[in-house]
Amino acid sequence: MTQEVKTYTVPTMADMAASGDEPEILFWVGCAGSFDDRYKRVTIAFVRILNHVGIKFAVLGPEEACTGDPARRAGNEFLFQMQAMANIQVLNGYNIKKIVTACPHCFNTLKNEYPELGGNYEVIHHSQFLQGLINEGRVRVKDGESFKGRRITFHDSCYLGRANKIYEAPRDVLAALDADLVEMKRVRANGLCCGAGGGQYFKEPEPGTKDVNVERVEEALGTGADTIAVACPFCMTMMSDGVKNKNREDSVRVYDISELIAQGQGL
Amino acid sequence: MEIFQQILFVVALVATAWYITKRVRLIARAINLGRPENRFDHADERLKTMLLVAFGQKKMFANPLVGVMHFVIYAGFIIINIEILEIILDGILGTHRLFAPYITPVYPILIDVFEVLAFGVLVVCVVFLCRRFIARVSRLQAERHRELRGWPVSDATIILVAEIVLMVAFLTWNASDSVLRDRGVGHYGELQGVVPDFLISQYLKPLFAGFSDTALVAYERTAWWLHILGILAFAVYVTYSKHLHIALGFPNVYFSDLQPKGEMQNMPEITKEVQLALGLPVTTGADGSQVNDNGEQPAEVGRFGAKDVQDLKWINLMNAYSCTECGRCTAACPASITGKKLSPRKIMMDTRDRMEDIQRGWQTHGNDYQDDKSLLGDYITAEELNACTTCQACVNACPININPLDIILQLRRYRVMEESQAPASWNAMFSNIENNMAPWKFSPSDRFNWADQVNEVK
Ligand code: SF4
Ligand code: SF4
Repeated sequence: MTQEVKTYTVPTMADMAASGDEPEILFWVGCAGSFDDRYKRVTIAFVRILNHVGIKFAVLGPEEACTGDPARRAGNEFLFQMQAMANIQVLNGYNIKKIVTACPHCFNTLKNEYPELGGNYEVIHHSQFLQGLINEGRVRVKDGESFKGRRITFHDSCYLGRANKIYEAPRDVLAALDADLVEMKRVRANGLCCGAGGGQYFKEPEPGTKDVNVERVEEALGTGADTIAVACPFCMTMMSDGVKNKNREDSVRVYDISELIAQGQGL
Repeated sequence: MEIFQQILFVVALVATAWYITKRVRLIARAINLGRPENRFDHADERLKTMLLVAFGQKKMFANPLVGVMHFVIYAGFIIINIEILEIILDGILGTHRLFAPYITPVYPILIDVFEVLAFGVLVVCVVFLCRRFIARVSRLQAERHRELRGWPVSDATIILVAEIVLMVAFLTWNASDSVLRDRGVGHYGELQGVVPDFLISQYLKPLFAGFSDTALVAYERTAWWLHILGILAFAVYVTYSKHLHIALGFPNVYFSDLQPKGEMQNMPEITKEVQLALGLPVTTGADGSQVNDNGEQPAEVGRFGAKDVQDLKWINLMNAYSCTECGRCTAACPASITGKKLSPRKIMMDTRDRMEDIQRGWQTHGNDYQDDKSLLGDYITAEELNACTTCQACVNACPININPLDIILQLRRYRVMEESQAPASWNAMFSNIENNMAPWKFSPSDRFNWADQVNEVK
């Protein structure tokens, strides 16, 4: 029996433009998606899904740069706008219309903050995008891993939830898996931050009684879930660190929603 | 005798109006210290928000029980104001229950409604005192929240006790009045047959059964004066108190932010600098803010970010005067929850304290007075600012759409751009973004390396 070898491709905008072609969507990978070893796996899972459903997409590759989100929120408006203007030049240069990204920070910045600086795009978070694929029946979770009997809890990220009122899309995506969804006490608009936003990820926390991610992970573990689902690279790191802090990394795993979908599809 | 009371009443009324006008002008002047910003756009959306959030108290119902209790006080406050109208006219004209003969059929119904509300307010105020001092609701405890120590706790207690006293005065006034009417004493007796007993105060009548007619009249007058003078004093007091939210809550919600919570406000003055630095043509901002109506560049901006209240926007300052110190923001704040120094409620209270200190300076040293203090440093510290995750939980939690995060961000901007005072690891992050186009120290040419692993088995 020969196993079918799947090959996945990642076209860049530069290549596409050179051949006079245009993608349906631009996949904005983000810095964490490009450099963070754990989050690269999320990028790859999402690219495999894109390949699997046959969507014509492209990435900027080396032409992509930080959106400037951490700089702006830390107070460095000058640096933020330098990044924003440079990115907008690139995006407008390629005549980009539609962007999908897995990072809520990139999503928020591209969607809400770039228009005032001249960058107007339709920006979609990957949770919404996956929700669309599931609704259209283009993604059916049955070929891969079974999630029967597993308990999954979803951690709302601030920049997806409160910032942009996206609460149901990631939950709908998880509902496509055959798992038990359990909710924490603080969810949706009342969700508790992972502790990384606003530039916190890039410095030591101020002195306090506890780290924010530990507080949040305690709440997540309290649901009895074996999987903490996230939809943000910073939440991913903070939740994983929190699980390690509680010595539960053997029994509790942290996954991005796109990884769970890829697993469910056997990608 | 009657005319003497009337004169006294008019004097009290005029004095209150004069004093409140003075206070309002002082507060308006302090709010006007803030930078201008147009919040008169999108009238429909603003009106809708105000109807839902301020009139409808939508966000208060996030906690339904407290929402209902607050609604009772709120409805009581608004509706009992109609009753004040009769009291004021009675006071000026020396009449007694002026409206009763003219609207005989509805009059008792109206008073019954007022009484039910007054009783409701009374009960809720007692419950609220119990929440503070017996159930010890965490966000209201001074031991846990340093910003509440001293005056804020007294302020809250004074208000609750005052409301209880006012409501007791109102109900017992009606009761003593009913007894006098039954006994046919003087002008009280004239309303016999016109005005019946009222829903709540009828049960208080036995309290007065043993009173002589003279004692009863004395009580009736005392309760009436206590009620109306109490209300006037309350109106003055409110201008010094967190209770200013009963007035400012409405405009505060009307003028609140309309953009998505995650969107941080753009700084057009920086856009120009960046466009020059990148060699791009200088454009006007989306709101035309770069160029004014005459096509001239506006005057140079004083500072990047905010050091003191003058650098904030007027809406930030109105926010501070509207804050009820309820602490819902702080109870939701991840930094506060995990014991960091930051408390969004304190940010709002500090901003207000700063303005009140400035006001006191004006009053003692004249309107040009300036001290050498500033909001940043003397009131709010860097440690507090640096702890914020910009999660917007505070913004979401506030029942009257106050935005503490906006102030935090503007103060951060000042520290970073004017004082170059960011924590060292933030400076490292900044230089990574500047040099490597990512917050980490990776080579930009490695950004696409992940693609090599796409076909490797997991
Ligand atoms: S935005 Fe900042 S101040 Fe507000 S709740 Fe979050 S961490 Fe606290
Ligand atoms: S800012 Fe809003 S939530 Fe916070 S204490 Fe003031 S009124 Fe309450």
